[in-house]
Amino acid sequence: MRKYWWKILSILLLAFAVTGGFLLPVPRLPIVHESIRNLYFHVPMWFTMVVLFVLSVVYSIKYLRTDDLKDDLYALCFASVGVVFSLLGMITGMEWAYYTWPADTQQANFLWTGDPKQLCAALCMLIYMAYLVLRGSITDYDKRAKISAVYNIFACALMFPLIFIIPRMVPSLHPGSDGNNPADPNHLDATMRMVFWPAVLGWILLSVWITTLLIRINLIAKKEIIYTDVS
Amino acid sequence: MYPKSHAFLRNSLLAIMTILVPAFAFAQDSTATADGMRANGKIYVVVLVISTIFVGIILFLIYLEKRIRKIEKNLH
Repeated sequence: MRKYWWKILSILLLAFAVTGGFLLPVPRLPIVHESIRNLYFHVPMWFTMVVLFVLSVVYSIKYLRTDDLKDDLYALCFASVGVVFSLLGMITGMEWAYYTWPADTQQANFLWTGDPKQLCAALCMLIYMAYLVLRGSITDYDKRAKISAVYNIFACALMFPLIFIIPRMVPSLHPGSDGNNPADPNHLDATMRMVFWPAVLGWILLSVWITTLLIRINLIAKKEIIYTDVS
Repeated sequence: MYPKSHAFLRNSLLAIMTILVPAFAFAQDSTATADGMRANGKIYVVVLVISTIFVGIILFLIYLEKRIRKIEKNLH
């Protein structure tokens, strides 16, 4: 119980999110209408991605200090699952925008709206996909681990301006532009906050669970490489 | 312009449609019953579908968890 309580917590939080997310009342607003419920599912994907990429860079720094290939594997797995969640966030965002934003701008429906946050998130995804490509292009284990760990630090340093700063400095349909502040706890409706934050925590815990499974499989599959003492 | 017969056809079709369309609309209303799964615009059906997918994913994760634990035990 002491080891897997957080997995049960994740299941309970997400069970609440998928039922309360549809059944609890939401503010009646023009244009978005009931689609505001997507907030419980689209936004946690990005929160999860940020947490996974930060955990990834923590293990990359740890690798640079210890030279332990196990830390490099942890960094790789957190980054890989982070890329999966960023893809889910991007696809759900495109679907949501396709059906709601044209009603606002009186334009034709586009999957790619060119919203600043969408562009910057796509750049962030490309940077992390390049991390995976970079790893694949180096055959020497220690060199691969060291170079990709250093690259990961640059990638993480770029993620914060791309996700949190640049989209808020220009007009955007995402929250955070035009003077509103999503960091204000009262920014979101009280009932929606009650579902949103448990959903965010639930998705983060679920993603860490998925990552630990991926790490454990890789620790077994690559045991000859990881546990061999080269010194 | 259209020949007279076409205009008559079109007008009569429109007349029939103005009678039938509300009739169909009412027919759909009368078939809907208000028991649990059909109340509130059938939102509970969506909850059921999403919950099924969610339970499926969780069961699969638990299966993987057990499978990996077994392999880990055999290794050590």
